[in-house]
Amino acid sequence: MSRYVRNLIIALAVLAVLYGLNFVFAGRMISPYFSRILMLSGISITLAVSLNLINGFTGQFSIGHAGFMAVGAYSSAYFSVNYGIRLAAALGDGTLGWIVALAAATLVGATCAAVAGLVVGVPSLRLKGDYLAIVTLGFGQIIVVFLNNIEAIGGARGYSGIPIVKSFFWIFLIAILTIVIVYNIVHSAFGRALISIREDEIAAEAMGVNTTRYKVMAFVISSALAGAGGVLFAHFDGYLNPKSFEFLKSFEILIMIILGGLGSIVGSVLGAILLTVLPEALRGFAQYRMVIYSLLLIILMITRPQGLLGKSDVFKKWRARLRGKREGENAITESGAGTKKEER
Amino acid sequence: MSTLLQQLINGISLGAIYALIALGYTMVYGILRLINFAHGDVYMVGAFMGYYLAGGIGIRGAQMLMGNPDSNIFGRILAHGLLGGGVLQPSLVTALVIMLLAMAICAALGVIIERFAYRPVRKYTRLTALITAIGVSLLLENGGQVVFGADPKFFPELFKKRNVELFGGASINTADIAVLVIAFALMVGLQLIVYRTKTGRAMRAVSFNLNSAKLMGINTDRIIAFTFALGSAMAAAAGVLVAIRIPRVDPLMGILVGLKAFVAAVLGGIGNIPGAVLGGLLIGITETMVVGYLSPTYKDAVAFAILILILLFRPSGLLGSTVQEKV
Repeated sequence: MSRYVRNLIIALAVLAVLYGLNFVFAGRMISPYFSRILMLSGISITLAVSLNLINGFTGQFSIGHAGFMAVGAYSSAYFSVNYGIRLAAALGDGTLGWIVALAAATLVGATCAAVAGLVVGVPSLRLKGDYLAIVTLGFGQIIVVFLNNIEAIGGARGYSGIPIVKSFFWIFLIAILTIVIVYNIVHSAFGRALISIREDEIAAEAMGVNTTRYKVMAFVISSALAGAGGVLFAHFDGYLNPKSFEFLKSFEILIMIILGGLGSIVGSVLGAILLTVLPEALRGFAQYRMVIYSLLLIILMITRPQGLLGKSDVFKKWRARLRGKREGENAITESGAGTKKEER
Repeated sequence: MSTLLQQLINGISLGAIYALIALGYTMVYGILRLINFAHGDVYMVGAFMGYYLAGGIGIRGAQMLMGNPDSNIFGRILAHGLLGGGVLQPSLVTALVIMLLAMAICAALGVIIERFAYRPVRKYTRLTALITAIGVSLLLENGGQVVFGADPKFFPELFKKRNVELFGGASINTADIAVLVIAFALMVGLQLIVYRTKTGRAMRAVSFNLNSAKLMGINTDRIIAFTFALGSAMAAAAGVLVAIRIPRVDPLMGILVGLKAFVAAVLGGIGNIPGAVLGGLLIGITETMVVGYLSPTYKDAVAFAILILILLFRPSGLLGSTVQEKV
């Protein structure tokens, strides 16, 4: 009984804390500027952690993540404009009504992004390395071209009139859910199969891992989560423009996970927060901001190619320390092996 | 009929430019197995070098660098450029001189990029190199916006352009003729360097197997640097030629063109020099045909659609050879 009950209690506690914080942020107690950055960080965390599943843990280099984010954002925005507003009104137009409407929109966005991920993933995951990278980039770009040409969602002018729901509760619920989902995947048999693909695809196949199937599944899950991130983004400012989903956005998410360390969830979270806060901190040198970014990226690659945290799994180390020695040794050798491979 | 001919002429002219850029991608990939994302931005820098060589950096910029710019000839060139300073008159020779100078500057830039960004990460995984390339690309784009200014600039006319009537009602611009002739000459020159010189033979050896080449006494670092210089010079030539055709340069012009040129290299078979030329021409022609007969808004999707199709059905490209995967 203990494990499930404990997890349930933790889940309820998290929900309660988030719901409580939601009222704190809805009020005037915290400056809107600060809460805006905090919520944007939450969206970035969702995007970065989801990209890490495919890039960091499965080792498939995808650089079209913004495309799936765009699919999620646009489909959910379309849903909200046409049905979500009515749904929320029917439920009394209060906080609860909007949370239900947003949940429905998230479901729509994530599903559409998952379908897009399946359509893109099945053909392109036959390719490896650079070729996969460039094909995902191509698909991302094609998605943007199509968004530019569909009049029903505003085309190149952008899509406005999307209901704005700046819900701290919902943004961080999705971010935490993403982390929990990716964490559980990585620490399951499925996740071990993904990691084996990353370490050596041919060896994994020889051991009976159906590599194509696993890669596509990871890709679809990653796309769905990116779609959820897109939903949050769409309802944050109430305006979408195809320009914000070009490959620069993909690169930005990529830099987040590389900065934190490919294959480290904590690293992704850290990278996402850092890359959301840093532009604000560098606001004074707005025009040099991207120059500094790119220089940092090059220097990071030269001096520490495995990212700030490498592949180390901080959660696991904490747990190991709490539980005793045996698991601790495991965790250390695992991360040690990871860095060795990087340096080869 | 005449529209078809016209589109074909435009397509070949555009394709020749893609081909020039694709050559740089294909050579670097052939040797280092690296997608040099920054290559498209070197092309942009080439176009800007042409702009500044022709028009100068302006009196204020020159004053900051050397006091009174009108006191001597170098100051005048710095402030007003080779054309504006009155050193050269608009003519085809001027275009050639400016193009060659821009090529030299970008060759140096290519060597610098290789030396300070790519060489330190060569010992790591290929993914690290790819991310570094993305970093260099972002640096050139954003650095370009800071140094050159973010707004587009009007490229001066290097020689008098006029239309030549062809049979069937189509016409060809002298700029297009110049682009085609110069691009063709550069490609032949490159072919001669790669297949008829000792350095070229060393390049082919390195691309075949870097370690074996090193064992045979080839200074691989020097050959890799030379490859970058050659590829960057080609990209710079493409930059100046594009600016002659469409006189508008901006710091982000290299992103999409670079990606399309990379697609051209993959289409022809990456690592294969004739393949890059073929791929470039095919992409250029297809793109102008789509603009002419379908819809200009889908222009940018064409190259990527071709890329996806080619990678799915013939990943080695049109002229490439398949490599067996070994454990």
